[in-house]
Amino acid sequence: MPDLIEKTADVPAQGATEPKPEKPRSLGSDAWHDLRRRPIFVISALLILLLIVIAVAPSLFTSVDPRAGDLRNHFLTKPNYGHFFQPDWFGYDGQGRSIYARVLYGARASVVVGICVTLGTTILGGIIGMFAGYFGGWADAVLSRITDVFFGIPLLLGALVILNAFSTRTVWSVVFAMTALGWTQMARVMRGAVITVKQQDYVTAAKALGAGTGRIMLKHILPNALAPVIVVATIALGGYIALEATLSFLGIGLQDPTISWGIDINSAQKVIREAPFALFFPAGMLSITVLAFIMLGDAVRDALDPKLR
Amino acid sequence: MAEPILEVRNLVKHYPLTQGVLFKKQIGAVKAVDGISFELHKGETLGIVGESGCGKSTLAKVLMNLERATAGEVLFKGEDISKLSGAALKAVRRNIQMVFQDPYTSLNPRMTVGDIIGEPFEIHPEVAPKGDRRKAVQDLLDVVGLNPEYINRYPHQFSGGQRQRIGIARGLALKPEIIICDEPVSALDVSVQAQVINLLEQLQGEFDLSYMFIAHDLSIVRHISDRVGVMYLGKMVEIGSDEQIYEHATHPYTQALLSAVPVPDPTGREGRERIILSGDIPSPANPPSGCRFRTRCWKAEERCSTELPLLAVPSLEGPAAHESACHFAAEREVEQSAA
Repeated sequence: MPDLIEKTADVPAQGATEPKPEKPRSLGSDAWHDLRRRPIFVISALLILLLIVIAVAPSLFTSVDPRAGDLRNHFLTKPNYGHFFQPDWFGYDGQGRSIYARVLYGARASVVVGICVTLGTTILGGIIGMFAGYFGGWADAVLSRITDVFFGIPLLLGALVILNAFSTRTVWSVVFAMTALGWTQMARVMRGAVITVKQQDYVTAAKALGAGTGRIMLKHILPNALAPVIVVATIALGGYIALEATLSFLGIGLQDPTISWGIDINSAQKVIREAPFALFFPAGMLSITVLAFIMLGDAVRDALDPKLR
Repeated sequence: MAEPILEVRNLVKHYPLTQGVLFKKQIGAVKAVDGISFELHKGETLGIVGESGCGKSTLAKVLMNLERATAGEVLFKGEDISKLSGAALKAVRRNIQMVFQDPYTSLNPRMTVGDIIGEPFEIHPEVAPKGDRRKAVQDLLDVVGLNPEYINRYPHQFSGGQRQRIGIARGLALKPEIIICDEPVSALDVSVQAQVINLLEQLQGEFDLSYMFIAHDLSIVRHISDRVGVMYLGKMVEIGSDEQIYEHATHPYTQALLSAVPVPDPTGREGRERIILSGDIPSPANPPSGCRFRTRCWKAEERCSTELPLLAVPSLEGPAAHESACHFAAEREVEQSAA
C-alpha cells in the first residue's frame, strides 16, 4: 500500500489545486486580495483614509483658525467657489468663521467618537457575547437578559439622560455614553457567532486534546467568530458618527469650543434660508463619512463571507 | 488474545429532556447510550456499526470524555477514566485520541497545518521539547503521506482526503494507544476512502495502535476490523469477530442489516433474500419495553416485550457461539441454504 500513499502525496505537488507554487494565504489575506479588486472598497477606503488624514492634521489643508471669527465676514457673504482651499471657499458662518476650516476641524471629533465608540462597544460587547455564547446555560441567561435590558433603552434617549449628568461634556463623555448604550448589538452578534463556532468539530478536537477554556476561546473561537463582528462594527461606525452629530445638534453632545459637524448644522439651521451653504457643507461631509463607512462594511462583509463566493 | 486496553462496563448516557424556562423540570431522557459493555484489546480494531441515531457517535464522545457518562465505567488499563477531571483527565487524553468524520469542519480554518498538528505539543509540552516541534510536525506529515513542506499551508488549500490525513496526524501527535475513529471516511470519495483506510491500517502496524472504528458502511468495517459490535437504539445487540458477525450473525437486527448491503455481483443478487424491516427506529426517548428491537422483529414473541435479552453467548455450535442479545438467537436459515 505504500505506493498508494506516495501517489496522493504527489498529487498536490503536481499542482492539482494550484497551478503554480504560490505563497500560502490565510483566509484573512484571501479576503484582502479579494477586497483590493472591489471598486466600492477602494473608493470608501480612500475616502476614509482622507478623512483620517484630515482628522489628524487639519492644518495641512488650511492655515485659518476655525475658531477665529471676523464679523466683517458675515454669513451672508456668499461662498467663493472658485477659491479652492481658500478660507472663503465654502463661505463664512454666522460669526464670520471660515466654514471650510470648520468642516476640516470638525472631522476630528467625528472620527475620534466613531472609532472610540466602535472599539469600546466591540470590546465590551464582544467579551459579554463571548462569555454568554461559550458558557451557555445560566451565564447565557443572565448576560442575555442584561443585554436585553440595555437594548430596550433607546440609544438617543438614554444618551440624553446620561450626558445631562455631565456638567461639562467632552469627546470622552460622549464616547462613554454611547459605548454604555451601544454594546448590546455587538454582544448579540458575538454570541450568535460563538454559538455557531463552538459546535464545530475543530473545537471538539481541541477539547479532546485537553485544551483549556482560554486556549479554545482565544485560538479557536475568537478568530472564527470575529468576521461578523468586524462587519457589524464597520457599519455601526458610520451610525455612531451620525449619532454624535445628532447629539451635538440637539445641544446635548459636544459643546462649543469643540468643533463638530453637529454643532455647526445646529447653528446653520436657523439661517437656512439666508445661507443654505452653511448647512450644506457640514451636513454633506457627515453624509459622505457615514456613507463611506457603510460601503466599507458592505465590501468587508462580502469579502469575509465565504458563502457569497 | 492480548489483554484488554479499554474496558467499558454498563456505560450509560442519558440526555435529560426538560420542560419550563426558569425552573427546569426533567420530564424524561433521551437514552442515547443505554448500558453498553465491551472490551478493546491492544492492537486490535473494533468496528462499531449501526444505523443513524443508534448512539455510535455518543458512545465515542463519552469514551473521549467529551460528554460525561450518566453511569457506568470506562476502564483504561484498569483505571476508571470516566469520572476524571483536571490534570488527571488531561494526562489520560494523551492516550486516547480521535479522528473526526468531517475533514472540512474538524480543522480550524484560521490555523496553518503546522499550528494544527503542533497544537497537541503546545497543550502537552512534555511530549516534544520546544525546539523539536517543527521537526516533529514535519515527521507527522511525512508519516501520514503528506509533503512536509506543506507545513505553512491552510486547510482550505487541501482536498478532503488530504485534510483527513492532517486530522489523523493531529490524532497521532501525542502518540496515543487508542484512536477512536468516528466515521473517518464517510465524508470522502470512495477512491479516497481506500487510501485513508490503508493509511490507518499501516499506522496501526507502525505504532501498535488500537482502533475503535465507528462507521455505517458495513464493507469498510469488515475490511478493517478484527471484531465488530452492532448497535441498535443505544444497546449493543451483537458482538464478535468479523467472521462471526458477517457469516454467522445470530441477532435478527444484524441479519437484517447485512441483508441490506448492496451486492456488486448480479448473479449472487438473485440467490439472496432481503429482509425488509417494517417501521422506523423507535425514539430513544421512549424505547420499547424488553428487547429494543422487538417492534420491528419478525421473531418477536410475548417474552421479548417483558424480558430484556442480555448480551450473552447463546448455546449454539461453532462460530455462531458469540455474544448476542436475543432470546431466539440463531443463524439465518435462508443464508445457509443459499450458501
